[in-house]
Amino acid sequence: MNPDTLKYTEEHEWIINQDGIYTLGITEYAVDELGEITFVELPEVGKFIERGEDIAIVESVKAANDIYSPVTGTVVEVNDILDMEPDLINRDCYGKGWIVKLKDVNEDEYNDLMDARSYRGFLKTVDQ
Amino acid sequence: MNELKTVFEASKAGHRAVMPEPLDVPEAELPEALRREAPPPLPELSELDVVRHFTRLSRRNFGVDSHFYPLGSCTMKYNPKVAEAISALPGFTTLHPHTASVAPYLGICQGALAVVHDMERLLADIAGMTAGCLQPMAGAHGELAGVLLIAAYHRHRGDTERDTILIPDAAHGTNPASAAMAGFKVRTLPSDKRGVVDFEAYADLMNDQIAGVMLTCPNTHGLFEPKVAEMSALAHEHGALMYYDGANLNAIVGQCRPGALGFDVMHFNLHKTFGTPHGMGGPGSGAIAVGERLAPYLPAPRVVKQGDRYGLVISEQSIGQMAPFFGSFLVALRAYAYILALGDAGMKRVSEGAVLTANYVLARLKETWRPAYEGFCMHECLLTAADVTAAHGVRAVDIAKALLDRGFHAPTVYFPLTVKEGLMIEPTETESRETLDAFCDALLEIARLAEEDPDALLRAPETMPVGRLDQTEAAKTLNCADLP
Amino acid sequence: MDWTAITEAEQREMLEVIGAPDMEALFSVIPDELRVRNDTNGTRGKSEIALRRELEALAGQNRHDCVCFLGAGYYDHYIPAAVDALAGRSEFVTAYTPYQPECSQGTLQSIYEYQSMMCRLMDMECANASLYDGGTAVFEAAIMASRITKRRRVALHESLNPRWRCMLQTHTAGSPLDLDDDAAKIDEDTACVIAQNPAFLGTLHDYSDLAQRCHDAGALLVLAVNPVSLGIVKTPGAMDADIAVAEGQSIGLPLGFGGPYLGILATRKAYIRRMPGRIAAMAQDDAKRRGFVLTLQAREQHIRREKAMSNICSNQALCALRVLIHLCLLGPTGLRETARACHAKAEYLKKKLDFVQILNDGPTFNEFAVRLPRPATAVVADLVPRGYLAGLPLEAEGAGTENDLLVAVTEKRTRAELDAFAAALREACHE
Repeated sequence: MNPDTLKYTEEHEWIINQDGIYTLGITEYAVDELGEITFVELPEVGKFIERGEDIAIVESVKAANDIYSPVTGTVVEVNDILDMEPDLINRDCYGKGWIVKLKDVNEDEYNDLMDARSYRGFLKTVDQ
Repeated sequence: MNELKTVFEASKAGHRAVMPEPLDVPEAELPEALRREAPPPLPELSELDVVRHFTRLSRRNFGVDSHFYPLGSCTMKYNPKVAEAISALPGFTTLHPHTASVAPYLGICQGALAVVHDMERLLADIAGMTAGCLQPMAGAHGELAGVLLIAAYHRHRGDTERDTILIPDAAHGTNPASAAMAGFKVRTLPSDKRGVVDFEAYADLMNDQIAGVMLTCPNTHGLFEPKVAEMSALAHEHGALMYYDGANLNAIVGQCRPGALGFDVMHFNLHKTFGTPHGMGGPGSGAIAVGERLAPYLPAPRVVKQGDRYGLVISEQSIGQMAPFFGSFLVALRAYAYILALGDAGMKRVSEGAVLTANYVLARLKETWRPAYEGFCMHECLLTAADVTAAHGVRAVDIAKALLDRGFHAPTVYFPLTVKEGLMIEPTETESRETLDAFCDALLEIARLAEEDPDALLRAPETMPVGRLDQTEAAKTLNCADLP
Repeated sequence: MDWTAITEAEQREMLEVIGAPDMEALFSVIPDELRVRNDTNGTRGKSEIALRRELEALAGQNRHDCVCFLGAGYYDHYIPAAVDALAGRSEFVTAYTPYQPECSQGTLQSIYEYQSMMCRLMDMECANASLYDGGTAVFEAAIMASRITKRRRVALHESLNPRWRCMLQTHTAGSPLDLDDDAAKIDEDTACVIAQNPAFLGTLHDYSDLAQRCHDAGALLVLAVNPVSLGIVKTPGAMDADIAVAEGQSIGLPLGFGGPYLGILATRKAYIRRMPGRIAAMAQDDAKRRGFVLTLQAREQHIRREKAMSNICSNQALCALRVLIHLCLLGPTGLRETARACHAKAEYLKKKLDFVQILNDGPTFNEFAVRLPRPATAVVADLVPRGYLAGLPLEAEGAGTENDLLVAVTEKRTRAELDAFAAALREACHE
């Protein structure tokens, strides 16, 4: 994925709509904070998730972070490879390290999220 | 040192240690469906094998008896041997707890009931509160008991809208975890620039939804909360109760009483303040004390003195049982001996010594290692290695490991979460000036090395049985048991 | 007496280094009106000799010469001398949580060995580093089952120790768990059924069918066991229990009037990330040397705070070490022989008590319930002066009628003691 085209949250998640399928992952900033990821807990396919509900847990030696879904929708696919290679997220967080895919997503919620430029602005405030 | 085999690797078929007595009654058999098929796959070792193994294991540990152990927030003071001897008296160790369960047996356990009764009274006195209870088995368990008491108090008053507990950002993680376990939401109180609770933020967050406030005082920055009495008054005005986390009681024991500061309930860590051993992480004791408002709800049963005998009563309003009996009785017994030995004057010397040693270490180090906050500290001092990290790439963890090579246990590092690269040092009152000086000299030497030869610090420790272990790989591999 | 280590002269010098005029300056942050100022009427300390004299007198007020048939989850077993000698080493006793693994390998390896030992004992795949006691282990297991199944209902089987049942109610007062006593009902809201083997009243069951019914409904079986029984009794693993818990007191810990004890918890490897408490794991350093670390700590309270799996932050490491050492000394044969002795002696006594009704409807291990012709408290009261703790009257525990008594037998009881006790009980029954 091209980071410039993604939508972002203040919890350092990214999401993108591709023909009605929404792919979700975590940003480089989140990955740096976590360090090497040792485990990812994925939701069941078919699960209905409300906005703000926890959808996955990403765990390193330092932290176990809940991933909250930024949108309401239904899980259509999870990245099973993360079971064996959780550090794929460290290596390619915007690509092979995606976490879940959603469908039937509430579009208004999606449209309200930050674009790449706003997220970069947000990161500056975080670092201060 | 060589790798030490596990007991399973050392097992040799046919070896035996303790032999049970030959059976003096006829054999009996269980029905086949209820039987274990094969004997449990336990290791087979001679008694000397077992003795050597655990003796060797023990040598791979630092303890207070062997090393200075300035682990902040843990109060690693000397554990008096006389308290150990008392806790090993057969009159206490062999006593079945169910002797307190029915009237005909109460005559058998009067001495133990006297200890429970008297210890609960002593703790209430030290707390400046009404009653004590020994049931909670560790600090976090005491927190849960305390928050459940607060919940019961509000519930019995029909005050059911209170769903939130206020907890400072610098608090131990157990505070929010205990509050959540008892069903409360948690709001975080920010610290101000001085390292104490931001009173204005506190006043803004205080309202009629607040069930209670959990405070550690002095806090985990080693600082006394200057506005603690005002905080209590404001909480009480709004109908909220005050919880005192006794983790840092060693700083003020004998000097002031949490009850006088306005607290309604507290837990003690008997293994911190009252010198019972930490036992590699436990057993401890999280005995609690409460003021009048919460006394009716204390865990049951309660030991009471009826004439010259001790008996038990159960209050209708009690929250129930935190422990099957009287909590970690043998731990409480050690603490009881400790408190009796000290008396009031001795208790004052404890906190004076704790505060003196911490400030001495702070004074000797503060030109080299930046204190996280200005001014005197209480029983522990909090330094930050952040400047050294930025300049030389040496982090708090490297300093910790370098101290191990110099014969000292490390301070608490990376806690509280409010301070970057934190080093929290709690020397305790039982350490001599020579030890404190040697420790400070080591930290000053490490500061010099950070400038001159930082790689030497990154290699540490080099004198331990193992070097730094790969935590990430361990978490991925998750070899947590040797299975047959 | 106190154990402070700074002389008055040193104190003056140290205050000078600190830059404080006197000790009061260091405490000046505490408002004066809140300080304790009872310098004149405080209690005096005691010398070591006086302290021992006083506490030995108190210990002497407890009778410990009685022949013990009290059990109810806490048993009078023999503890080999080597357990005290080894677990009493101050390198174990005076260490703390292994935050610095390199100087805590003794602690960490012992925890790893303890975890392994518990798995082998219970036939389970992973165990934590221990919890406070059996009752809190039951509580943690209930929370854990709820977290795994995302369900709230916890069904308590009638076999469960009433004290643990009471503790469970107290601990879950603010939690979303719904406790109820209908273990026959296992529905789509049920997180787990909690059963105990042997049951509180001593009866043994094979809970394999219950496990199957739980699994059919998507629920878990939590099974509390007596660890000594596992020398001969079918294991939680063999019954397909999902979480096994136990009170560890009976292997190496003194009765000690109620504690400290040990909470054992073991489960399937698939649930390791839902298991509360500390966990040790094998690791390697840069030179490929083997060592041990605490692992999966990111889910615990010091990092996750209010989102943590449990509020507990300690384990009973020293108690766990005692259990580990005791099991090393027993080995497979010793544990089996100890369990056989408990069972055989209890059976022997049961036969001797042919003058009372045995209440158990099936085989028992080391403990059984009897119905006496008189109130149990009156009978035990008569037997105390004769030197017997005859057992636990069950009415007070809410587990029987006023005439019911729970009698436990361990390997420490001799045939002569059992014969004499049976005779004494017969007499007491007919007084």
